[in-house]
Amino acid sequence: MRIAVMTDIHGNREAFQAVLTDLQGHTIDKIAVLGDIVGYGADPEWCCDRVQELAANGAIAVRGNHDHAAAVAPEAMSHLARTAIDWTRARLGGDQIGFLASLPLEAREGDILYVHASANDPASWSYVTSDTKAAPSFRATKARLILCGHVHVPLLASCDIGGVVRTQAFRPGLPIPLISSRRWLAVVGSVGQPRDGVAQAAWALVDTDRQELTFRRTPYDTAAAAARVRAMGLPEALAVRLLKGN
Amino acid sequence: MPTRPHPGLEIDGFTLGEKLHTGGFATIWEVTHPDHALPMVMKVPTILDGYDGPTIVGFEVEQMISTRLSGPHVPRVIGIGGFEVMPYIVSEEIDGGCFLPLFQTAPLPLSDVLEVAARMVAAVADLHRQQVIHLDLKPENFLQRKSGEMVMVDFGLSRHDRLPDLLAEEFAIPMGTYPYIAPEQYLRCRDDLRSDLFALGVMLYGLATGRTPWGNPKTLREVRKRLWRDPEPPRAIRREIPEWLQEIILRALSVDPMRRYQSAAQMAFDLGHPGQVTLTARAHKLKRDGWLTVFDRWRVMRKIRRFSTPNSVAAQLALVPVIVVAVDLSPEGEPLAEALRRAVTRMLMIEPDARIACVNVIKTARIGIDQGTDNQGNNLHVMRLVQLKAWADGIKLPDHRLTYTVLEGPDPGQAIIDHAKTNHVDQIVMGARGHSTTRRYLGSVSAQVVAEAHCSVTVIRVPETWVRT
Repeated sequence: MRIAVMTDIHGNREAFQAVLTDLQGHTIDKIAVLGDIVGYGADPEWCCDRVQELAANGAIAVRGNHDHAAAVAPEAMSHLARTAIDWTRARLGGDQIGFLASLPLEAREGDILYVHASANDPASWSYVTSDTKAAPSFRATKARLILCGHVHVPLLASCDIGGVVRTQAFRPGLPIPLISSRRWLAVVGSVGQPRDGVAQAAWALVDTDRQELTFRRTPYDTAAAAARVRAMGLPEALAVRLLKGN
Repeated sequence: MPTRPHPGLEIDGFTLGEKLHTGGFATIWEVTHPDHALPMVMKVPTILDGYDGPTIVGFEVEQMISTRLSGPHVPRVIGIGGFEVMPYIVSEEIDGGCFLPLFQTAPLPLSDVLEVAARMVAAVADLHRQQVIHLDLKPENFLQRKSGEMVMVDFGLSRHDRLPDLLAEEFAIPMGTYPYIAPEQYLRCRDDLRSDLFALGVMLYGLATGRTPWGNPKTLREVRKRLWRDPEPPRAIRREIPEWLQEIILRALSVDPMRRYQSAAQMAFDLGHPGQVTLTARAHKLKRDGWLTVFDRWRVMRKIRRFSTPNSVAAQLALVPVIVVAVDLSPEGEPLAEALRRAVTRMLMIEPDARIACVNVIKTARIGIDQGTDNQGNNLHVMRLVQLKAWADGIKLPDHRLTYTVLEGPDPGQAIIDHAKTNHVDQIVMGARGHSTTRRYLGSVSAQVVAEAHCSVTVIRVPETWVRT
């Protein structure tokens, strides 16, 4: 089975649409969206509706902290995020709020655990940014592959049979063998607001038959997305960030 | 409790037979399987009780890389087993056995040295083409097929350029086998294909002299000395070693990877064209450098932490292509030969490190005896060689990067294709004559080469207006 994994869309319609179009060129059996569908970007309603459609057709979707803040209860956030989420909440209709609030914090299918942030306590929204930050996730689940988002910088970690957790360098676009002697964790990176210096939508392709994971990048019209952010009167920093991918 | 291998053990349909070999980190077993008729061996890592990180990671790397390799220079993998029961790799048994016993008879006769070296270099070139650096090349890790190909085994320290390096974070100390380890490996660099060329240099030195260039160091402190201490020149040990062979060996053993051969294919090329190896001062050396020179090197090298960052394997191979230029020397081919020379000159602006191998084919009769001389009694072969050199005069390239070969054969296209294959050529450049009807029916040499060559082929045509009518 080939699974397309997207996360942290953050209301960026241009980026989300570009990835969905890109997916048409691949054979995909399943889609997973790991949360933060809204927040920061200019088109939360559109993104929310599309994920709802995907979910109705069998896609996995889990809740992120921005979805939670917009639909359920306020969260501790940076000033920038708070400004955007207040704007977002006002834009969303009842149906959309209901959908976001209905999303689970994690989903498990077969050997794979899908979660927005660290798997050990999904509701505390911990960032997985290093081997030591990845270790609690491996301790919390027996899943062979943990897929998460939240951090907008892709990361790959493995846990060997001795329980030692290490991060692994990788190159986007090249399939990484998920060797069977280890368990794996991938922070997929962000569709709608990448922060690793590459202004392209990040997503991942998991092939469960070949036991391979590929980090992928899809270019999109960043200028149009930034223009939408400005047109909606959202903070300028959110527009600049899309152009630079940082 | 994990399963331990023993005769009669059945696992995933494989049945273990005799133990064939016990090594430091693994045992090798004879093995059979009802679905696989070929002779096979199983390698099982010897994992110490408790947690044996290095052995485990090394075997993970070997499983990952060996299943992604193909071709005659690696063993074909039949199956691998996970760590949950008993980790193993089952691969074909290599019929020609180990290379080590032959290596131990060194020094070998010089003709054997060259023949063995050519086969080893060809194997390494093939591995590098698959974007894998072995990083632990030594006589023990070469086997031979009865058909002659060298087969490399033990990929536990290897690096695949397109896969994550599981070993990168694993060890604080350099990995490899001390007599063969390259200076940059000592500095913990794991992504330079030229490290394998250094190891080849050590083995070539061994085959020719019967010794290893830096003895058999037991400590890293001793290994480090090769950063400044030059080895005894091979000709000081065995005077009959030709200067060109010493040049090849010492070039492969250069401390800075930039000063070595830049690809196995280049090294193979020099071994195959001894008459055209450019000799430098090191070719004539008969003793090691004096203490003052060594001291100066020590002052620089003791502080070095790394050499310049190597290219990725694919990029490195692309930088140093071997290009065959097939030149038509017939009088009617003159405008074409001119166009070809201009095209090659242009290519060298983009690929300044390319090697150009100029080739001309003498077409021989399929049946009967050929005349090696023309009506005036001139040797045809020599004449063509002279003409070929004259053609290449216009190409501004140092001598060691230009070679000339006159091939003979009844089928010129096939001769060019075969030559390209045996010399690990990356690209063929050749001319195509016009569009005449005869040519269309008889078939053209360039069309045949384009269709059948294993490498890229660039065909040069003379613009229509130049064609004589």
